[in-house]
Formats: sequence, C-alpha cells, structure tokens
Amino acid sequence: MTSSSASTHHHGPAVGLSRWLYTTNHKDIGTLYLWFSFAMFLTGGCMALLIRAELFQPGLQLIQPDFFNQMTTMHGLIMVFGAVMPAFVGLANWMIPMMVGAPDMALPRMNNWSFWILPFAFSMMLSTLFMEGGAPNFGWTFYAPLSTTYAPPSVTFFIFAVHMMGISSIMGAINIIATILNLRAPGMSMMKLPLFVWTWLITAFLLIAVMPVLAGVVTMMLMDIHFGTSFFNAAGGGDPVLFQHVFWFFGHPEVYIMILPAFGIVSEIIPTFARKRLFGYPSMVYATASIALLSFIVWAHHMFTVGLPLVAEVFFMFATMLIAVPTGVKVFNWVATMFRGSMTFETPMLFALAFVVLFTIGGFSGLMLAIAPADFQYHDTYFVVAHFHYVLVPGAVFAIMAGAYYWLPKWCGNYYNETMGKVHFWCSFVGVNITFFPMHFIGLAGMPRRIPDYALQFADFNAVATVGAFMFGFSQLIFLYNVIHCIRKGRQASSEVWEGSHGLEWTLPSPAPYHSFSEAPKVK
Amino acid sequence: MSTIHNKKQTGKTVKWLIIGCVLMFGFGFALVPLYDVFCRVTGLNGKVDLTPAKPSLVIDNARSVKLQLVAVNNETMPWEFRPKVAITRLSPGAMHQTAYLARNLTNKMMIAQAVPSVSPSEAAPFVQKINCFCFKRQPLKGNAEKWMPLVVSIDPELPEHIHTVTLSYTLFDITPDDLSTVTFRERGSL
Repeated sequence: MTSSSASTHHHGPAVGLSRWLYTTNHKDIGTLYLWFSFAMFLTGGCMALLIRAELFQPGLQLIQPDFFNQMTTMHGLIMVFGAVMPAFVGLANWMIPMMVGAPDMALPRMNNWSFWILPFAFSMMLSTLFMEGGAPNFGWTFYAPLSTTYAPPSVTFFIFAVHMMGISSIMGAINIIATILNLRAPGMSMMKLPLFVWTWLITAFLLIAVMPVLAGVVTMMLMDIHFGTSFFNAAGGGDPVLFQHVFWFFGHPEVYIMILPAFGIVSEIIPTFARKRLFGYPSMVYATASIALLSFIVWAHHMFTVGLPLVAEVFFMFATMLIAVPTGVKVFNWVATMFRGSMTFETPMLFALAFVVLFTIGGFSGLMLAIAPADFQYHDTYFVVAHFHYVLVPGAVFAIMAGAYYWLPKWCGNYYNETMGKVHFWCSFVGVNITFFPMHFIGLAGMPRRIPDYALQFADFNAVATVGAFMFGFSQLIFLYNVIHCIRKGRQASSEVWEGSHGLEWTLPSPAPYHSFSEAPKVK
Repeated sequence: MSTIHNKKQTGKTVKWLIIGCVLMFGFGFALVPLYDVFCRVTGLNGKVDLTPAKPSLVIDNARSVKLQLVAVNNETMPWEFRPKVAITRLSPGAMHQTAYLARNLTNKMMIAQAVPSVSPSEAAPFVQKINCFCFKRQPLKGNAEKWMPLVVSIDPELPEHIHTVTLSYTLFDITPDDLSTVTFRERGSL
C-alpha cells in the first residue's frame, strides 16, 4: 500500500477495449458487471413482455406453447442469474473497497476472471434458443424428470452454463469475503462496517454454501442424462422428489442472496435522506444473520404438495413463519429511522421507500404461502407468481435502481436529471403494481402458472397485467437515457453528493479517482 | 496493517473458503445417500427395503389387517400388469403368497422393473417381502405372459391403529434402446 502509492498517483486506466478486457480495477469491473446486468435485464424483460403479450387475451395468439415454456424458463434464469445477481456483485465491486477504505478488491485478477466468465455463460445459455429442439422449457427450477428424461437436447448446454455462472458467483463471493475480512482500513471494526458491506458479507457466505450444491445437482442431472445413473430416475432406484430437496436446499438461500444486499442498500439510503443515523444498527446485523441461518432450514416449504409427512409440513411451516420475525425487525428499524427525520424525496429515496412498502406486501403474501394447508390451494397458481415478483421486482430490482441513482454521482462525477429520475420512478412504481397486483386475484381464483392459455374468467385481470408490464418495461428506457445523459453532461457533483451522506465513500472526490485509498484512511 | 500481512491473511481466508466450497459440493452429493437413509429409517415416502426378509416366527391371530395390492404402469409402459387378488385380509406374521400378472402386449422383447411403495408410509418398515418379483429385472418376450410371484408378510409390530396397508407396484420399462424400438422417446424410458 505504501510502496506503490507514488507510482499509482498518475496511473490512469488503459485506453480502448484492452482496458475492459484486462482490467483488474474494482471500479472498472463494477461498471462491467452493472452494464452486463442491465443488458440481461432488458433481454429477460423482452421475454417477459412476450409472455405478457401472449397472455393479453385467452387463446393462443402470438407464440406456441412450447416456445412459451422456453420463454418462462429463460426469463427466470436470466433475471435471477444474469440481472439481479451480477447487479449486486457490480455494486459490491464498486462500493465495498471504498466503504471499507481498501485500495481494491483482495484478489483483483480473479475479479477480472469472475466477470469475464459471465458473458460466455450467457452466450451459451441464449444460444440454446437457436438449437434443434429449442431452449430449455422446464421452468427455471428445472425439476427432474422434466429436465432429464423429457428435456430438449439443449439441456446439456444449460447445465454447463449453470456451472459457469456458479463458478463466477463463487469466485466473486470469495473475493468479497477476503476483501471485507482482510482489507479494512485501520479502525474500521466489524461493527462499524456500513450495512451494505455487512449484508454482502453474509450473502457471500450464503453463496459459498449453496452455489456448490447447485453445481452438484446439475452434475447429477448431467450424469442421469448422459452416463446412465439414476439419481432422479425411479426405475433405476432414484427419486424425483430428491431433486426437489437438493434444488431447494440451494434455491431457498438463493432467494435471500437476491434480497439481503437489497436490505443493505436501503439501509444506506434511508438514513441519508432522513438525515438521521440508522436506527438499531446491531439489530440489523443480527437480523440479517438470522435470516441467512434460517434460510437453510425452510427449503421444503416449496414442496408442501409433494407428499411430505405431517410432521415435516408443520416443521417447515413454522420455521418459515419464524423468518418474519427478523424481517419485521428490519422493516420496523427502517420506519424508526425515518421517524421524525427531516426527509427529502430524491429518486433514490423514492425507490427505497417503495422498496419498504412493496417488499413488505411481498413478505405478507409469503407468510400466506407459508401456511401449509393454504399452500395446497395457492401452490403453482399466479398467487405464487405475484408473491415472488413482489419481492424480486419492487424488492431486489427497485433496491438496485435506488443504489444506482444513489451512487451514480459518485461513480461518474455528475448528478443525474432529478425530474427524469422521478418520472422513471413513478412509471415503474405504477407499472409494477398494475402488473403484479392483479396476479394475486387471478391466483386466488385458481389460474395456474406457466401456461400460455387460460379460462375466460381470468381475461380482464390478465389484460390489465399486460398493460402494466409494458408500462414498466418501457419506462426502464428512461433510466437508460438518464444514466447516459448523466455520464455525458450531468451537473457536477460534490464529494458528499447528498446533504446527509455518511461513510468513507463520500470522503473521496466525485468522480471517485481510478485508484482510491492507496493510503489507508483513518477511521475514528 | 502492512501489505505483506494482508497478503498472508488473504491467502488463508481464500484457502478456507475454497475448502468450504469443496465440502459443500460434496455435501450436495451426500444428500443422496442421506435422503435414502432418512427415508428408510423413518419409512417416509413409502420407501421399502429391497432385500428379502426372513419369515416371522410369531403369528398374531387376534388381529387382521386389510392388504391392498395395487399395480401401476409408468406412463409409456405398454404391458398388462395386475395383481391376482387385489384385496386380502391377513394376520400379522402370517405369510401371504400371491402373484402379479405381466403380459407383454407388444411383439418385441422387453425388460421391466417394478418399484414398490407402501401407504401409509408409517407402515412401510413393517411390510416384509420374503420373495418379490421386484428384487430383479423381469424380461418378457413379445406377446408372452407370466405370473410373477410375491410372498409377503406383515410384521406383528405393526402399530395398532393401522388397519389397512396398501402395497403398490409401479412398473417401469427399462429395455435398453438397442433391444427394442417400442419406446416412444430416444432417452425417454431408460
């Protein structure tokens, strides 16, 4: 840190394409992750719009059922692994070294590698759309035997793509943990870490624990398909239900991987715009850790209808409901932070507030689904679709948007256009609710998920949802334009950026210099 | 905090994290036998022991349990498959000798495998198969038929509140591809 500071002072980025290909700079890699995830967000979004367009009216209009299934599968996979997860890793890359006072990530070369695997993984995944037999059509949960015995031949490419994403995520997680544990500035004790760093530390441990299990389950699929084993094949002594157990042992922690960093972002933004310290910092840390631990013992609530014994149904029902306690602690802490604060409502704050309200709605529908006897009715209906889109779109995605607006002036040195930001927010907010709120009703009325056609009585709400989806989808172009506008000719930002900002990243000038904290800062 | 100290620390952290990853990868596979053992011990999922049991020495003549025998063809299995007698009553400990009919309705040689399941799953550990056609593969020539033997008894330890036990067999087509062309999918049924 001390020996290299003289030579790095005037050492800027390389020029041209090689800057991005060979970069080991955490800011460059963060930028790459964020642009990549935005591209995937639009790709997955186009698939969602195709799905919604087909569902605008009952009957088959635009696409055939098999292609519809490919779209639901690819939409899920791309949004989960291509949009939400890389966006969080991108934010972590940009912010964690600046927040803990480190010069870079602990393993910069591996950092480069973990990003550059992703475009290859997703090219492979998307290429299946053009293969004979079509892309994977078995749902993003790829239940066996749909994904083994009855899968299209392209499933093998899907398996390798998942392996590559898994490797990328694991390397990213290792890097983040190593950075947080070893590169903190002197005086930055664990209980002084910003909450975004804390939530990411816990998320990274979740990734380390469950991504290898995902790799394991797709490997078993590969062996069942090509090497004659019978992990999930009943005729050979295997069991398809085993697939669901192993998958959801990965899958449930995975959904918290997609929400814990969002909690962190919101916990950074609300104190800034409420101009108060975060209420109950230690309880936030403990609540995050408890949510992460509980996530390992609730997986079978995704499987209430497979024929679990009563005792398991009861256990998983209550364990799931228990998660509402630490989550409630978090929501109340956010509300208490705002209580009697001098609040202003800039775009990041609007997204953060919408997050708190809409995520809570998603949490409540989750509680309803946790009730095992009720779940027999809700299982595989649009109610489930409404639930997880409420926690993922106005949950995870809104938090990412909030974070992007919040830190954008620090990244590129300019403010974004506030009016355009607010227009983007309101279009997204209204669009999201028009899209997903009616799904609660059609789900409770019994419309099953993952079907291209439906009974006539669901027609009106489906038409409404489609209108909302197009509104939400196209309003993301406002965001894209705003970001480009901000980079090109936004108003110059100060170092603090926001009046109530707090933390090490705001002590750096805006835009943050290519090399920051080459000399570790002192933290009081 | 010096750079050298950091490098060493980081190396250590990374080493432990990689070990963690490898262990969790192994754990994913360990779930397979764990799941099997768990199901067998608790009898959940109706999984039953596939090894021959010894005949019971005691017969509890005071009780009588209804035994239902069920035959299910797995979707693409084109055989006729049914029990000789679908419902019998027997005393726990007594041996019950019966058979299932298998008739190959195609004109190709085929191989089948029957997989048993017991309901309620609580009764699974108490259903003892002294001899069962499910212990081995069942080849059958085209248009041929045979009675496949089954000798079963119910353990006298069977919990008092269980009065009916259902023993279900699902018949799977496990003919290798080169032996037959009757299967509908290339990989579909292996």
